[in-house]
Amino acid sequence: MKMKPTRDGYGEGLLELGKTNPLVLVLDADLSKSTRTDWFMKEFPERFFDIGIAEQDMLGTAAGLALAGKIPFVTTYGVFVAGRAWDQIRTTIAYAELNVKIAGAHGGISVGPDGATHQALEEITLMRVLPNMILVVPCDAIETKKATLALASLQGPAYLRFTREASPVFTSESDIFEIGKSITLKKGTDLTLIGCGPIVYEALMAAEELNKLGISTRVINMHTIKPLDKETIIKAALETGAIVTVEEHQVMGGLGGAVAEILVQNSPVPVEMIGIQDTFGESGTPEELAEKYGLTSRHIIEASKKVLKRKTCRA
Amino acid sequence: MVFFSVDKLEPICKDIRADILRMTEAAGSGHPGGSLSAVELMTVLYFNVLNHRPQELEWSERDRFILSKGHACPVVYAVMARSGYFPVEELLTLRKLGSRLQGHPNMKSLPGLESSSGSLGQGLSVANGLALAAKIDKRDYRVYCLMGDGELQEGQIWEAAMTAAHYKLDNVCALVDYNNLQIDGKVEDVKGIAPLKEKWLSFNWHVIEIDGHDLEQVEKAYAEAKQIKGKPSIIIAKTIKGKGVSFMEDVAGWHGKAPNSEELEQALKEIYVQEGSTLKN
Repeated sequence: MKMKPTRDGYGEGLLELGKTNPLVLVLDADLSKSTRTDWFMKEFPERFFDIGIAEQDMLGTAAGLALAGKIPFVTTYGVFVAGRAWDQIRTTIAYAELNVKIAGAHGGISVGPDGATHQALEEITLMRVLPNMILVVPCDAIETKKATLALASLQGPAYLRFTREASPVFTSESDIFEIGKSITLKKGTDLTLIGCGPIVYEALMAAEELNKLGISTRVINMHTIKPLDKETIIKAALETGAIVTVEEHQVMGGLGGAVAEILVQNSPVPVEMIGIQDTFGESGTPEELAEKYGLTSRHIIEASKKVLKRKTCRA
Repeated sequence: MVFFSVDKLEPICKDIRADILRMTEAAGSGHPGGSLSAVELMTVLYFNVLNHRPQELEWSERDRFILSKGHACPVVYAVMARSGYFPVEELLTLRKLGSRLQGHPNMKSLPGLESSSGSLGQGLSVANGLALAAKIDKRDYRVYCLMGDGELQEGQIWEAAMTAAHYKLDNVCALVDYNNLQIDGKVEDVKGIAPLKEKWLSFNWHVIEIDGHDLEQVEKAYAEAKQIKGKPSIIIAKTIKGKGVSFMEDVAGWHGKAPNSEELEQALKEIYVQEGSTLKN
């Protein structure tokens, strides 16, 4: 399995946009090497602006650029952009529906040794509550590149979440990617795993094991959290009767929360949520942290068995 | 573009002041104090400085104005109406359900507004972005941004101050409505911002200090800012909160409170009396 960080997909996406769309500008806040915006900077220095360690100002500057017809991609770590600059995103950008593309790097606990301060675990919650916002969490480097390109050709504010660590590249260039349309990676009738981000690969591994046990498991890559593909979620609930959500993010208000909101209003079925359970992260290797915080395929299998028991009890 | 002499601008300023008071009275809420202090700054800007076409809102070469202290929107709505953006009668819909004149500016509802604002400290960054785009595209438009003095307590302002200087945005002209009052009292008592001139100088800005109610000084300040190359300019305008209405002047309580009908009547009398016979006498 080829391994590549999703941030590389973002860097490649920007490079392509640099060549194809003269309106695209890139802004960073002193993290250009880490976020991969330095690839764009080297090719298109006149369209790259380092705003320094000033995230709130960076978002405001991007708003002004968007007002002048540019397509600014503002980039820094998720904690600093979705958290620190949330009010700027809310009032100046989302309220006015400005065409600012926000890229949050270092999403998730897999950031590792840097510890809790740098592990963004709240961006999905923070962004999806904003009207007009589009929110995409791609699952691998290829999908991240496609998402980057797709967001550039879409009018309005959007947030793209990606990660630091190399992760499996399991989609292919030819797969169709459309914002707002989830992708069913595996068919199944007993249970559905709905995931976003690189952890979708763990869901796929879990599904393989479950299928071996005779549990027919559906896997959905819910790469767009907003607008959420409600129809596919409701259909999965009606057809499989049990759902496990899978994310490297707080389940509270995250993908888990978003899916639950749809289900309770339309087709309530038992749900288990894999993700961060109302706690901060800590330093450690990504593998150690995934194990400790319950984010591996083994944990997904356990949650699946649990949700199936609840489904049986109901029936 | 027609230029207005000072003696033509004076009666316009009176009308703008009256508009601010009428619209906040009709709304039953709003921010008259920090609107009245910025009347001369805004009137000169909209009538004599901005290169704009109120009938052609999407004109790409227009100068831009960003209201960073969003609560002062009554003065902006009034100068917009008086300079032809929309009918003056619409001012009385301020803050009412369905009105284009939201309690704080919403560019989506009122075409001609260049940004939405209300959460303080954000406008200068937006102005910088617009100015940077002009530099990239080699366009000549200028960007103006009105900030409150209390607003300068926001950290983002100083981030933006560095950005404008770093990118040599000489097409940015910032304005400070230095009325020395904020909601909780005197700015220097709440959290001092002095010495303001020295602060901006040390941030590599060109600084112009004026009496913000002297139309000639305001005119000259804008002209001076336009001549400065290689760095952004800021006009620090010493003003009086509630200017023009005796009982509102320099009283922090009139930051976010509308006059009632009796107060409105008295205020209008004061505004429109001939010079030398104000009610203060």
